[in-house]
Amino acid sequence: MTIRFVLNGREMCLDVAPDRRAVVLLREDLAVLGPKEGCGSGECGACSVLVDGEHRLSCLMLAAQLDGREVLTSEGLGDTETPHPLHQAFAAHGAVQCGFCSPGMVVAAAGLLGKKARPSREEVRRVLSGNLCRCTGYVKIVDAVLAAARVLRGRP
Amino acid sequence: MNVRLPVTLAELFAALEEPGARVLAGGTDLLVQLRSRAGAHGSQTLVGLERIRELQGITATDGVIRIGAAETHASILENRLARSRLPLLTAALAELGGPAIRNMGTIGGNACTASPAGDSLPPLYALEAEVELASRQGLRRMAISGFIQGPGRTSLERGEILSALLVPQAKGFDLHHFEKVGRRSALAIAVVSLAALIRRDPSGRVLEARLALGSVGPTVLRCPEAENLLTGRRLTLASLKPAAAALRRAVTPIDDVRATAAYRRQVAGNLLLRLAVLA
Ligand SMILES: Cc1cc2nc3c(=O)[nH]c(=O)nc-3n(C[C@H](O)[C@H](O)[C@H](O)COP(=O)(O)OP(=O)(O)OC[C@H]3O[C@@H](n4cnc5c(N)ncnc54)[C@H](O)[C@@H]3O)c2cc1C
Ligand code: FES
Ligand code: FES
Repeated sequence: MTIRFVLNGREMCLDVAPDRRAVVLLREDLAVLGPKEGCGSGECGACSVLVDGEHRLSCLMLAAQLDGREVLTSEGLGDTETPHPLHQAFAAHGAVQCGFCSPGMVVAAAGLLGKKARPSREEVRRVLSGNLCRCTGYVKIVDAVLAAARVLRGRP
Repeated sequence: MNVRLPVTLAELFAALEEPGARVLAGGTDLLVQLRSRAGAHGSQTLVGLERIRELQGITATDGVIRIGAAETHASILENRLARSRLPLLTAALAELGGPAIRNMGTIGGNACTASPAGDSLPPLYALEAEVELASRQGLRRMAISGFIQGPGRTSLERGEILSALLVPQAKGFDLHHFEKVGRRSALAIAVVSLAALIRRDPSGRVLEARLALGSVGPTVLRCPEAENLLTGRRLTLASLKPAAAALRRAVTPIDDVRATAAYRRQVAGNLLLRLAVLA
């Protein structure tokens, strides 16, 4: 089938099997490598994306479901030249070790900050509660999100 | 595997007539299940509910809250009507899965999966909710306890969907309590859960108690014996202990990877004792 959707601000139109899993479509067909497939069954959050601003798991979505939607991954927030405050804060706070969970964490956090400019520590912890990290112990990730929220609030 | 995303109920019922058609709501149960049996479903058609307006919306009529089956857990949690009138249900949904699972998974999917660990179910049993089923032939209604027949089994007929949950607001009940015990706090399937609704007179004596337990048998369990033992009593450890013993007798838990049957039986009673400190 033909699907049209907006990926990281760019209009996409592609011919794809309707049951292709979104995480595979993003990674293998479109080379968008932020979303990772960790568990493939909803347990780890590594495949997190924002769909119309909402945090979803691309391992549990099919290509057909992307039609007409707006999809955002970590790449859409910023790149090496123009990183997003979340990217900068993750780097500055040591919130990235192996990095496998990081794009998913950043996306989950961006979903929260899109709705709430001044989240509490508890709210950040709760919003990341479905994203597993095997390395950092989470504290630095939460610190980074709170720091990025402060930076974003300071912007005009 | 084909995927259809109808936008009206009429289109949905037509799509469901295709051979091998299956309803897809949030996909958080179904897609996990299909993936674990990869390869065997080439001729299936998944028919998605996510674009059908008629299956969304939360409205109140005469103390009954109607929740469209395709409402996600997150949208119910954000809904003011649901939060203020159905605190028992929203307390349970707040603990279901993690944030992304709540953004995707629907209340209709939770009911149709008919897992004894489904977190919406103990509250729906305690609230004596009804389900509304829709097909080309029209609508029918039945109690949630009649709809769910066993693990993974419901009264849905071929070509029929769950269209809404009809949940009476528990007017006059002054204690709405849900507690789930899992292996960890997020993304944990219940090892045991309890939904309790209590209505008391001004002196604190129980006029009516409704107790529903999850993950302790093939379906969610109401326990009339324990409910009766509490009636006329105040919620103290002395009155709760015999009722907890009745709960432990009534449950039929199993051993599995998450817990032993003996642990589940013990905790089922212990959860009731908590009411002594809440009351
Ligand atoms: C990581 C993870 C954690 C989870 N944690 C929990 C938890 O803590 N508690 C809990 O209760 N559940 C949990 N679940 C299970 C699941 O998320 C819920 O049961 C959810 O509510 C299912 O809804 P869905 O819309 O995703 O259903 P789907 O997967 O789309 O559908 C489930 C089944 O119901 C059928 N169906 C769905 N809607 C309808 C309808 N309206 N009419 C007819 N048939 C229908 C489908 O055909 C399918 O057979 C978890 C799942 C995952 C992956
Ligand atoms: S890969 Fe999607 S949640 Fe783990
Ligand atoms: S940094 Fe390695 S999993 Fe989080």
